Amino acid sequence: MQRTVRILKKPITSTILAIVCGFLVASVVLVVAGYNPAEAFGALFHGIFSKPKYISNVIIKATPITLTALSVAFAYKVGMFNIGAEGQYIVAAVASTIVGYLFNLPAILQVPLVVMTGMVAGALYGGIVGFLKAKFGIHEVLTSIMLNWIALYLSNFVVQSDAFHQPNTTATYPVNPSSYTMLLPEWKTSDEGIAFLKQYDWLSEVMLKTDINFGFLVAIVAAVVIWFLLYRSTKGFEFRAVGANRDAAEFAGINVNRNITQAMLIAGALSGLAAVMMITGTNPHRISTLAAFENNGFNGLSVAFIAGSSPVGCILQVYCLAACSMAANLSRRILALLRKLSIL
Amino acid sequence: MEVSKEYAVQMHGITKLFGSFCALDHVDLDVKRGTIHSLLGENGAGKSTLMNVLYGLYQADAGEIYLNGERVHIKNPTTAIEHGIGMVHQHFMLVDNFTVTQNIILGNETANRFGILDMKKARKNVQEIVEKYGLEVDPDAKIEDISVGMQQRVEILKALYRGADLLILDEPTAVLTPQEIEDLIQIMHNLIADGKTIIIITHKLKEIKESSDVCTIIRRGKYVDTVAVQEVDEEELATKMVGHAVQLVVEKSPAKPGEVVFAIDHLTVKDERGLRAVNDLSLQVRKGEIVGIAGIDGNGQKELVEAITCLTKCESGTIQINGQQVQNTTPRNVVDHKISTIHEDRQKRGLVLNFTVAENAILEKYRTEPFRKHGMLNNSEILAFTNGLLHDYDVRPEDCAQHLARSLSGGNQQKVIIAREVANEPDLLIAVQPTRGLDVGAIEYVHKTLIAERDKGRAILLISLELDEVMNVSDTIAVLYNGSIADTFKQGEVDEKTIGLLMAGGKQHAKNS
Repeated sequence: MQRTVRILKKPITSTILAIVCGFLVASVVLVVAGYNPAEAFGALFHGIFSKPKYISNVIIKATPITLTALSVAFAYKVGMFNIGAEGQYIVAAVASTIVGYLFNLPAILQVPLVVMTGMVAGALYGGIVGFLKAKFGIHEVLTSIMLNWIALYLSNFVVQSDAFHQPNTTATYPVNPSSYTMLLPEWKTSDEGIAFLKQYDWLSEVMLKTDINFGFLVAIVAAVVIWFLLYRSTKGFEFRAVGANRDAAEFAGINVNRNITQAMLIAGALSGLAAVMMITGTNPHRISTLAAFENNGFNGLSVAFIAGSSPVGCILQVYCLAACSMAANLSRRILALLRKLSIL
Repeated sequence: MEVSKEYAVQMHGITKLFGSFCALDHVDLDVKRGTIHSLLGENGAGKSTLMNVLYGLYQADAGEIYLNGERVHIKNPTTAIEHGIGMVHQHFMLVDNFTVTQNIILGNETANRFGILDMKKARKNVQEIVEKYGLEVDPDAKIEDISVGMQQRVEILKALYRGADLLILDEPTAVLTPQEIEDLIQIMHNLIADGKTIIIITHKLKEIKESSDVCTIIRRGKYVDTVAVQEVDEEELATKMVGHAVQLVVEKSPAKPGEVVFAIDHLTVKDERGLRAVNDLSLQVRKGEIVGIAGIDGNGQKELVEAITCLTKCESGTIQINGQQVQNTTPRNVVDHKISTIHEDRQKRGLVLNFTVAENAILEKYRTEPFRKHGMLNNSEILAFTNGLLHDYDVRPEDCAQHLARSLSGGNQQKVIIAREVANEPDLLIAVQPTRGLDVGAIEYVHKTLIAERDKGRAILLISLELDEVMNVSDTIAVLYNGSIADTFKQGEVDEKTIGLLMAGGKQHAKNS
């Protein structure tokens, strides 16, 4: 009995329940609309798992959202609602694109440089929010939303500026290839690489047909590091105390304002990391004009809260989300096909 | 006992389980009509649970309820209200920006025959009840503008307006000033005179003696006894409640004060509105001495504590510990200078309720060895330390180090805070309202701890709104009035009346006149 209660209380349980409920509700909708849910979900899972390429794309799609979700979840543990992950993501994408385009060092220097640039840009952007909250008590949601829009227009400004705009496109020049974080980008297209990959069908499909990159490893490492920071370090103890009861933390001698600012710096860096992995790891390796928000940050927000702000829950939830959105495209086509078949 | 029409309420063999925990085990309660019946028990004894069963908030797992001799099934509060039961909870359930009348009719609106709200009639009805029982509430005042005592009367009015014949008051005096308590007791007697019946939940013995006719005692979910209040004294009640003899007056040896450890000199602190809440206050505490500050709430206690702990800035004056000034620094600096504080608001300032007990135990110590090792939390040391504290201070349940602080009872939460602060081995221990909301057994324990720490040579500053507590525990009594110390006395040199007068701003002691 007590064990059941304990299991039910875990954030991971609520994550799984949320996913299951999602499927149940979707089934009802499908039935009402006259489809067989089993077939539809079959198409869905087919869309995800039928080809290694699809699985790989799900992982790629999930990477930035994992990191922004982590950013939101982390800030939430410190009592901050980081709705600004979107803006931090955009600013980091802009900064890392500029640096990746302007510099062309050997990869061993270039990659860390670009990654650091993105993280620092995101961190500073998040830090502004933390600083304003700590210093003047301005609510973080207010400043974050304003900063999101500033980031959007800043990005469009950079895209259209003469220095970075690639003629005849709606985008900037891409970053230099030395910044790439795909798995073995040069080797896989060399003769030797192609010859090797030919021996393994699924490997060659994943390597050659998708932008499989180091991002998913980075995201998992980041989740583990954040978990460790929060639950094992004394710094994390301060963060959690501030998040759980600011008044008691203050009374116990914990500097609440400093912790808020630091937490937002870290949260911003995580969102920044999401952007940088996207720029360096996937085509087209550049930023384009944004007509609206791409929702990399906002999706992270939903993921973080469905996952109950647990770093590990974030990972599970995000893959489901990414899988669904990937599969949605495919299954729409398949469903259309099914309908035609049923008419026949 | 036999079921009879003479009794407003009879609850027989009430049993209530929460999971595997037995909150009530065959408890009986028989309340005669037209009496004030008090329900006495320690924190967590099951008093509120029993009343929540009567009010339909919980369903009993076994047992019968009879109202006026008839068996009833109370499914929910609506049924309870239909049967003429009204309950005033400890935490009021009022809409702050509604008027008294609006709050009273909420959910039971008076309408004219077109179904439109008839405020005039409602107001008249409310006014009638107010006058009938001498409640002295303005029906048009907004809740946010009236005192806590008045708000409580609005709750009572709400119950009466819905036709309650039986009123349940859950710890009604916990939030009231001494004057308001007297008024409440008068109101209760007015209600009885009109034929109502009252059940009052409390653990304050003095008030039972002053207000009630009969008292039922429960202990750890079991029925202990029902006594006529006139025939027992407070000691007997306390013994029945706790299960063993309790000393209501703390025993202690004379103080052996040493040098001055802590000194406040001409301190002035402004409150949120910019008024001088602490006004040119000077005070000294010596080693091995308990200085108690008596005073009515709102005379600068809160601001004084906030200034000492550096949660707020002071305008002028100094605060010294061991000769070093600490005013206007940081809370961290104060803790590092060996001042530890047991805050009055344990849930807001004292504990992180969603942290485990162990995490709370190291809330100030996490940054020091051995709990911190290479920037990491050293969990085995933390657990060993916490288990030691839990054992020394008899915190229950005994294996609660990994439980959330939220899950502990109020008394045990307070023990965790006291254990933590005392473990800092402070030079000055500040205890603000350390026994608020605790029952007699726990109060005795807290007082003994304070005296034991005094005997170890620590300086102790006790700030309390309970005059009895200050009078009993302190070696030196300072009276706080209007932000400054009106006078100080040695224990035993002064009576309660003199202090009470000074607290109320009465004539100053002879030496000042």
